[in-house]
Amino acid sequence: MKPQFLVHDNKDNVGVAVVDINSGEKLTGSCLEDGAKVEIESKDSIPLGHKVALSVFKEGDKITKYGVIIGHATKAISAGQHVHVHNVKSNRW
Amino acid sequence: MGKYPFLGYRRENGTVGCRNHVAIIPVDDISCAAVEGVASLISGTLPLSHPYGRLQFGADLELFFRTMIGTGRNPNIASAVVIGIEPNWTNKIAEGIAKTGKPVEAFSIERFGDLKTIERASWAAKNLVQKASELKREEVDLSEIIFSVKCGESDTTSGLASNPTVGKVIERAVAAGSTAMFGETTELTGGEDIVAARMKTPALKEKFMKIFNDYAAFVDAQDADLLGSQPTEGNIRGGLTTIEEKALGNIQKIGKEKVDGVLYPAEAPDGKGLYFMDTSSAAAEAVTLFAAGGSIAHLFPTGQGNIIGNPVVPVIKLSGNPLTVSTMSEHIDVSVEKVLTLEQTLDQAGEVLMNMLLKTLSGRLTSAEVLRHREFVLTKLYRSA
Repeated sequence: MKPQFLVHDNKDNVGVAVVDINSGEKLTGSCLEDGAKVEIESKDSIPLGHKVALSVFKEGDKITKYGVIIGHATKAISAGQHVHVHNVKSNRW
Repeated sequence: MGKYPFLGYRRENGTVGCRNHVAIIPVDDISCAAVEGVASLISGTLPLSHPYGRLQFGADLELFFRTMIGTGRNPNIASAVVIGIEPNWTNKIAEGIAKTGKPVEAFSIERFGDLKTIERASWAAKNLVQKASELKREEVDLSEIIFSVKCGESDTTSGLASNPTVGKVIERAVAAGSTAMFGETTELTGGEDIVAARMKTPALKEKFMKIFNDYAAFVDAQDADLLGSQPTEGNIRGGLTTIEEKALGNIQKIGKEKVDGVLYPAEAPDGKGLYFMDTSSAAAEAVTLFAAGGSIAHLFPTGQGNIIGNPVVPVIKLSGNPLTVSTMSEHIDVSVEKVLTLEQTLDQAGEVLMNMLLKTLSGRLTSAEVLRHREFVLTKLYRSA
């Protein structure tokens, strides 16, 4: 079965939607590094290319993609929610 | 013969090109009219019009000469006609190009006017085109060339599919003895430490970090918040959230390769392997600088769909975004969208792209070439005197 999202690295806590996802879908993802299956239920609609939370974040928690920190949560995010500029900020400024 | 043979043009100085252009090169803005005149009369010529070349000074003038001479020296150019308003700078550029041994003719407009200059330069161009048309492609190898990589209108599919596909080609090409260049100094922000850690020597690392910090300081000095403008609106639309995320996606283009050298803008590599060149992140400026540094072909991964081309260098475009591939298909040479559905591995995608690179080097026209995308854009460091 084709995955709805992909994960770059097994340390990542976000995945990338590879199809347009509706809220409330049961999603299957695949890790590009080791092929591991990841399952999660979407809590938002998430456009192709946008990120889905794979775990629960508190405000200030680090977002990891490619196995590297790419920013932090600016508010609480639950697993399955859309992760983007509305709830994440760069650590650079 | 090497691992990746193709049919290319061997130039007088031993370098290898994949196109056989007769370039008509203006020294300055006011000579473009004569250049366009020659190009419209003589079939098979390539005009390289641009808006600069007057009253530039200092480092900006040096970069101007390096870019114009480097472009003329590019192995994709068989011969060149240089036209400038006065003889001094015209001869400087023509002589710089002629050091490669390729035929170059120079004309200045003062004391002749446009019409007589067009007549004289057209005679030269006619003879050069006929001479170039006699040259034949011969079997050469990827290890003998320089190519370049740069992405544009990136989104998260760039990081998942098209950029790592380019990374696979870089790894294979460099292992086979070829030379590749990457750049985009400002777009490495957030991932500069990762690139710095790839430098083969501490001296290269220091040179890279100085170039990176100088560029960042230059942007700061303009009261511009570079970080604030990154990622761009197009990037955000495609799902990229932070500059770190964008930079990490960008770096996938060089695969797991270490960096053998650090180049100033339009500088030619002094050896083989992977080179970083200090460039703007604007696509046309960067590809023009790579071409001036000797790149004869360019791999351009895009997410949302950048449509850039270059007059001297074929630009091969690839995308992993299914929406871009379906709505802008005339611009895309290689689709890697099946990487997203796990129907194609990155290794397989890399092989497809390598085959397209070799076919293009042997003469296949890219989408950008067929669609007449000929963006020749000089990088200007500051205003003229």
